[in-house]
Amino acid sequence: MSGREEGNRFVLPAVLALSLVTVYPVLTVLYLSLHRKLLLFDITEFTGFDNYRFLLADDRFWNALGNTVYFTTASVSLELLLGLGIALLLNRTFRFKGLVTAVVLVPWAIPTVVSAKMWEWMYNSDIGLLNHLLGMKINWLGSPFWAMNAAVAMDVWKTTPFVVILLMAGLKLIPGEVIQAARIDGAGGWSLFRRIILPLLMPVILVVLIFRTMDAFRVFDAVYVLTGGGPANTTETLSIYAYKVLFQTLQFGYGSTLAIVVFLCVGAMSLLYLRALKAEVGP
Amino acid sequence: MRQAGKVFAVIAVAAWSIAPFLWQAVTSVKPDAELARLPPLLPVGPTLEHYRAVFTGASFLRIIANSAIVASSATLLSLAIGSLAAFGLAKLRVRSRGLILLFVLSASMFPPIATVSPLYLVIRALGLRDTVWALIMTYTTFTLPLTIWVLTNFFRGIPEEIYRASLVDGCTPFRSFVRVMLPLAAPGIATTGILAFIFSWNEFLFALTFTATDASRTIPVAIALFPGLHEVPWGDIAAASVVVTIPLVLLVFLFQRRIIEGLTAGAVKG
Repeated sequence: MSGREEGNRFVLPAVLALSLVTVYPVLTVLYLSLHRKLLLFDITEFTGFDNYRFLLADDRFWNALGNTVYFTTASVSLELLLGLGIALLLNRTFRFKGLVTAVVLVPWAIPTVVSAKMWEWMYNSDIGLLNHLLGMKINWLGSPFWAMNAAVAMDVWKTTPFVVILLMAGLKLIPGEVIQAARIDGAGGWSLFRRIILPLLMPVILVVLIFRTMDAFRVFDAVYVLTGGGPANTTETLSIYAYKVLFQTLQFGYGSTLAIVVFLCVGAMSLLYLRALKAEVGP
Repeated sequence: MRQAGKVFAVIAVAAWSIAPFLWQAVTSVKPDAELARLPPLLPVGPTLEHYRAVFTGASFLRIIANSAIVASSATLLSLAIGSLAAFGLAKLRVRSRGLILLFVLSASMFPPIATVSPLYLVIRALGLRDTVWALIMTYTTFTLPLTIWVLTNFFRGIPEEIYRASLVDGCTPFRSFVRVMLPLAAPGIATTGILAFIFSWNEFLFALTFTATDASRTIPVAIALFPGLHEVPWGDIAAASVVVTIPLVLLVFLFQRRIIEGLTAGAVKG
């Protein structure tokens, strides 16, 4: 290692660029969150922890937090269940496997905004495909109960392929001999899955779980385009609330406080993620 | 029997994945009168009027051009800066290497909402609001963690002797990087390039915040803010969606293996 050529200057541009879009903004957001900054009136004044005190008493914040937790829990658990099923299926041999895998990947590649518009159209209560197929008249995006679940369904459709790919990679790491040996010992079907495959796949499942949780927790475009946070803020997630405070009311101080909360939550999850990765890859 | 079950499951999975897109394609060729009712499911008198409407006027073409410029420039820049860093991290002596790799990994986890407002203030101060430059700069850096991470693994996989031999032949490290290492890493470059391109083509939050007019607006923003006079123009939206999604579907079918490889390397292998 020590005999190598010096390479700091190769790495420097990347490190500088990354700091500019991560370290600098987060420090600025932290600074702004301690201020009252109204972009419209060019006002900036230091207010200490006032924004944080306001946050704790802000019902709309707690509502957004609840919505975010619900969205994250529901979509990630469904994606894992469905993703595991599809990964096990695609891991077997059948004709046109490559073609089917490509088809399964399509939702992942479609821009989130386009998927949201596609689903909005299918959810249309009068002339939408979904009500037509179900023979019902559900107001999917207009009712407080259905709107959030409709957003979850869209996210599950869009993101399950990603989960499938990672789990398939995990399945490939399980040696064929292990499965063979278990088969010879009489394990088949459910018990093979339950006793052999699932435990061996657990590290990968854990990584996918945390990775997806982090991603779902900061959800913005999927829900924002589908419902705009409505009806009556029932689908407003933390990122959507923060965005509205920042760019619709231009309160950069309080908006930054909300952004800091998202940052801290995701940061805590990323620590878990790093530990899980370390456990999987080894030191 | 079991075989039939498997075939049925495969067909169901494929249908669930592709059906919403197919429905969008069907919608895009239905005349407005047929869009206002259901059934029939399939168009009775298919039409291209929505495609004509979308492409009439300069606006949509301009937006597609914006997206193409932004996505390809960001991808190229990210590959240039990222491969340089990856080469350094894999083959050269770099101070606090582990720390830098950790920083790169954590940079990829930053929630966009926590960085968008300060970057907006920077962009505004630089006078870059509503220009493609704002998005090119942002996407270049946002795709860097993936580029660096995947390519570092790739460069590590290239045998040390090849690099040494190029030095013996009189190359400087930089020359060896350009002439010898980069060509050998071509598959990794392709993988990360495709992913960076798809990310930049699809990004919404920053595009929504930094752009204001057709001068810099990209496809996701245009589709989200699709103009309609009285009613939502579902047929036009469907036509636009199909047009901007087809390149991505093509990428998936052509480069399925690379995409899977890149996603896996980006997340699981860390």
